Amino acid sequence: MAYAAGVDVGSTQTKAVVINETREIVGRALTDTGANVMRAAESAFHEALTNGGISEEEVEFVVGTGYGRYKVTFGNTQVTEISCHARGSVHMFPRTRTVLDMGGQDTKAIRVQPTGEIVDFCMNDKCAAGTGRFLGAAAVALDLPIADLGPTALRGERAVKISTTCTVFAESEVLSWLGKGKKIEDILLGVHESIAARSIGLLRRVGIEEEVTFTGGVTKNEAMVETLNKRLGLKVNVGEGAHYMGALGAALFALDRIVAARAPAAKGAA
Amino acid sequence: MIRTAGIDIGSTYTKVVLAGEDGTILGRSMEPTGFKLAQAAERALARALDTAGVARADVAYTVTTGFGRHQAGIGDISVTDLTAAARGATHFFPNTRTILDVGGQTMKASRLGADAKVQSFRLNDKCAAGTGAFLEKTARYMGYRTEEIGPLVATSKAPVTISGVCAVFAESEVINQLSEGSAPADIMHGAFVSLVDRSVQLMKRVRMEPEFTLVGGILRFERMIQVVQGALGASVNVLPGDLVQYTSAFGAALLGQLRLRRLTAAAGNAPVNTA
Repeated sequence: MAYAAGVDVGSTQTKAVVINETREIVGRALTDTGANVMRAAESAFHEALTNGGISEEEVEFVVGTGYGRYKVTFGNTQVTEISCHARGSVHMFPRTRTVLDMGGQDTKAIRVQPTGEIVDFCMNDKCAAGTGRFLGAAAVALDLPIADLGPTALRGERAVKISTTCTVFAESEVLSWLGKGKKIEDILLGVHESIAARSIGLLRRVGIEEEVTFTGGVTKNEAMVETLNKRLGLKVNVGEGAHYMGALGAALFALDRIVAARAPAAKGAA
Repeated sequence: MIRTAGIDIGSTYTKVVLAGEDGTILGRSMEPTGFKLAQAAERALARALDTAGVARADVAYTVTTGFGRHQAGIGDISVTDLTAAARGATHFFPNTRTILDVGGQTMKASRLGADAKVQSFRLNDKCAAGTGAFLEKTARYMGYRTEEIGPLVATSKAPVTISGVCAVFAESEVINQLSEGSAPADIMHGAFVSLVDRSVQLMKRVRMEPEFTLVGGILRFERMIQVVQGALGASVNVLPGDLVQYTSAFGAALLGQLRLRRLTAAAGNAPVNTA
């Protein structure tokens, strides 16, 4: 049996997924990207192999994706994270037409065809507002672990309106609301609202068509999922392991290449 | 002597200047603004009074300015930062036509008429790139404190290119530069250059004209002044040392003097009630 792998080197975390020929995930792993991007890619890949009980030789093709995809030195080729998130989303939720990927430093809205082909996409490339970093800044300001942000915000009743756009200034705004006696829960609810509003702005630019699949690291945050659902008036798809979606898409592209290499004539040079 | 106070409640620091009728600076002080604006203003005023040896009751008029001027609940009147900076700058440099004010969380450019009044202005207070916060973040990503920025950047020979689109994205850029062996001083210098590029864009939008006067906390760095002069291809006016940070507070105190004179004239030289 041959295996295919995808390694998604994100700004904050690096994810690796190994799949078999029937497109099932057999191993996956996640590590902080940190300063040594190459090492992060290697360690996520090897951990995924270990988790799946697979040796490196059994992996026939590796696709690198994410902002650090060219640092996946053992990768056979690279595919943009836009394509990979779209591919992974359509694989997991075949009726996906719109993808919202919210990562540590960027948020992307992607509209896809039923085939998984990309119609249009839009991302924040100049500014960290409306990305996971905005949550990170709030966590620093309030001295809370990232994992506590969602559950705390869910207890909020009246969202505090966050007026700053800039992630750097948001940190001081959060502190100033705290100084004015606002409850942490309500401030955090406001932070989630503000990020959701910005991402929905991105989604509108590509056009929102159901179903909407939510991917990336921030999917782990239930308050964000709930805020998006409420503001969009629909239920976004969040799969188990939605933050591995880019790596899964990359692994699927890798499998395509394996299949194509085996039967180029039959496949009509896929 | 009639004494007035100017209180500039900035996003990062609150500055107070006490001025006499002839425009002499009698005392000044600076405090971190923090989140309790009224307390910061009170504390800074009390310290300025101490340094001048003046009692609070002897201050005839108090003018506030800066982003926190309406929230501090202090002073007789408020003026915008632009008006205060224009007054302070033209007192020392009467031919000033363009002012660049770079603070901790804002950047402002304004063009003045021959009457020293603001004719056009542009500001950025939405994005940390292009403010002191960008320099602070860049320093922090490299493990340096704010106080170390000046000495660090002074040792740079040539700037490294830093894109400066976002203070958050700068982190990956700084880390990449460090891993490629760039010197922290040169990276800091690069951050200065990118900040100045943004300043010059803002100044172009007000259709800048010489003379140029620079004010605000960020201009206390000698390197900043050099980079601005290089980018403009012209020399600039800057108040010496830390006085550059007090330009607007001083302007506010001067406006207090003017206002008092007008009030006094209007009241037919009757004593002014300053309660």
